[in-house]
Amino acid sequence: MNVPPPPKPVAFPHRHLLGIEGLSPEEIVTLLDLAEEAVAVNRQIEKKKSVLRGRTQINLFFESSTRTQSSFELAGKRLGADVMNMAVAQSSVKKGETLIDTAITLNAMRPDILVVRHHAAGAVELLSQKVSCSVINAGDGAHEHPTQALLDALTIRRHKGNIAGLTVAICGDIAHSRVARSNILLLNALGARVRVIGPSTLLPSGIERLGVEVFRDMRKGLAGADIVMMLRLQRERMEGSFVPSVREYFHFFGLDAEKLAFAKPDALVMHPGPMNRGVEIDSAIADGTQSLIREQVEMGVAVRMAVLEALSAHLPND
Amino acid sequence: MAERNNGKDERPLVFTNARVVDPSRNLDAPGAVIVADRRIVAAGPEAARPAGAEVIDCGGAIVAPGLVDMRVFVGEPGGEHRETFASAGRAAAAGGVTSIVMMPDTDPVIDDVALVDFIGRRARDETGVRVHPMAALTRGLEGREMTEFGLLREAGAVGFTDGRHTVTSAALMRRALTYARDFDALIMHHAADPTLVGNGVMNEGEVATRLGLSGIPKEAEIIVLERDIRLAALTRGRYHAAQISCAESLDIIRRAKDRGLAVTCGVSINHLTLNENDIGPYRTFFKLSPPLRHEDDRLAMVAGLADGTIDVIVSSHDPQDVDTKRHPFAEAADGTVGLETMLAAALRLVHSGDVDFVTLFRALSTRPAELLGLEVGRLAPGAPADLILLDPDVPWVLEDAEALLSRSKNTPFEGARFEGRVLRTLVAGRTVYAYAPA
Repeated sequence: MNVPPPPKPVAFPHRHLLGIEGLSPEEIVTLLDLAEEAVAVNRQIEKKKSVLRGRTQINLFFESSTRTQSSFELAGKRLGADVMNMAVAQSSVKKGETLIDTAITLNAMRPDILVVRHHAAGAVELLSQKVSCSVINAGDGAHEHPTQALLDALTIRRHKGNIAGLTVAICGDIAHSRVARSNILLLNALGARVRVIGPSTLLPSGIERLGVEVFRDMRKGLAGADIVMMLRLQRERMEGSFVPSVREYFHFFGLDAEKLAFAKPDALVMHPGPMNRGVEIDSAIADGTQSLIREQVEMGVAVRMAVLEALSAHLPND
Repeated sequence: MAERNNGKDERPLVFTNARVVDPSRNLDAPGAVIVADRRIVAAGPEAARPAGAEVIDCGGAIVAPGLVDMRVFVGEPGGEHRETFASAGRAAAAGGVTSIVMMPDTDPVIDDVALVDFIGRRARDETGVRVHPMAALTRGLEGREMTEFGLLREAGAVGFTDGRHTVTSAALMRRALTYARDFDALIMHHAADPTLVGNGVMNEGEVATRLGLSGIPKEAEIIVLERDIRLAALTRGRYHAAQISCAESLDIIRRAKDRGLAVTCGVSINHLTLNENDIGPYRTFFKLSPPLRHEDDRLAMVAGLADGTIDVIVSSHDPQDVDTKRHPFAEAADGTVGLETMLAAALRLVHSGDVDFVTLFRALSTRPAELLGLEVGRLAPGAPADLILLDPDVPWVLEDAEALLSRSKNTPFEGARFEGRVLRTLVAGRTVYAYAPA
């Protein structure tokens, strides 16, 4: 077998990607630039690269996810890795094997990269301490979802040219959202003005300390916004526990044409998916001309390729 | 326990050249302590030594009453893999704790006379330190029916508590406080409203929000405490808040004391020396109930200790093993071990100038003994010779949690620097621990 060409040196000094926290603005831009190249590759007929040839990537999802998992799978395969998907049902883990046991078992199979999603905040970091390969956080509880924030930033940058100076309004269930946390960190790092909008029951205590402006009134919060980022509201949270009903939530916090009109005329609408049409977003808006929702999915693959490529520089070569 | 030994043929002991600290007499002075027949003969200025005494030159080290730890979870019975009486006793002795007050959260629950009796016998056989059970306040810790306070007290229960659990029924708490009064029994309560705790796992606020963890508001503690104190006023029962964690709780206790109510409170050594930032990257050994709070709350706890609002320091020793701690933060059990490190950690408050030795030992020994009706916790003549010899200044580092004598190693103090070490621990005049430098 031929020796693969040495990977292109990248200015990304981390072995894992556990969150946006801890990344410098320059490192974020490095990843976005790499992703930009991947977008071009993904639009060619020949989409294969060989950066990860011979490498094994395991997608370990303790929480089911169609979109993120298939995006990581495709990204790995396009870079030449052997990708294995492991769906670990929550119940079987609870029955016996702990997260750490699972990590040690998997580590023995000598993967090069583990992509992990888990329902508990901090679980991915805990796992990363117990394995010898690179670990990518694909979402841990209400903590972080770094590749989502990166793909959102890439999408925004491609349309607005720059992140700095933009006003971004993140709307909905901030309290339970890892997407919100990672986006707040990333957008602040790149110089955007970040707002969060939601009912008080879905705004976590001390959120203003994370460098955001807090709004409880969607119209005021959207006024003058460049980007409107909607979050998914989980069904069990909208029937009396955090908000009284779907009807009431949509009335005050659902994105429709009337509310969107308060944002800038060229404001763009985003959603990490999967959407609850008619709960947090009106179908006409989701499918409308201002919506970037489908493009976010495309950028997702590119960003995950960029992350895998950046981490590949740190994979052991002997 | 040591009393079963025939102390008559043991030689009297004289601790000379000591710094004698006895909060029961507000004493902190150079002198000597004389022990004979398992009891204190004299503690104070150097006095005539009894003939044939064994003389121990303390070299200026402190002699103080042994610690009385009012909140200790022992695994036995039911959780012997986490801790036994023998291992808890070794840990206690090394930490200068001579009396352990054991929580009823065992399997089976200590809610029956036979269990109290079993604990007494088992502990006597297995360990040299004293073990006093607190019995359950409600049967099975279920919060529904009172236990047999009178019979349990006669059997040796030193108080009544539902341990980690909070009694949610105000009516039941009222009856318990009322009925306990007839036996002069102490009701100790963990104040944490379970509905406000919800799925919270740490202090509510910025740190929890950053970590993406659900918060526990201070009100979970404050509301229960306010309720209980109104019931204590109504019933005139003796009420002790097991461990408070926030500044507002301190104000509540202070007001109750000003009104002359029989209300007291404790604080864990963790809440005096650590705060929520110590959790860092999801370190589960810092996951406690009540949770570690803001630094302002910790400072308030220290001030409350200094001004006497806080009566008691407890270790809240709660052994947990890898099965319950090596999990993502939200899924890990609460609790830390503490018997061995409580005194060393507490000495930080003396070294920082926040409290003096008399204040510290009052909260670690004298006051808990008074609340529980125990005759230990003092060096007054005639008191049982439960005492420690302590070098308050020797520096040391807890390099490796594995070195702890407790069977479980879930300490938040691994790697911590301490000043002060127990050199010797005596229970009823008998040495149960002597420091051996490695």
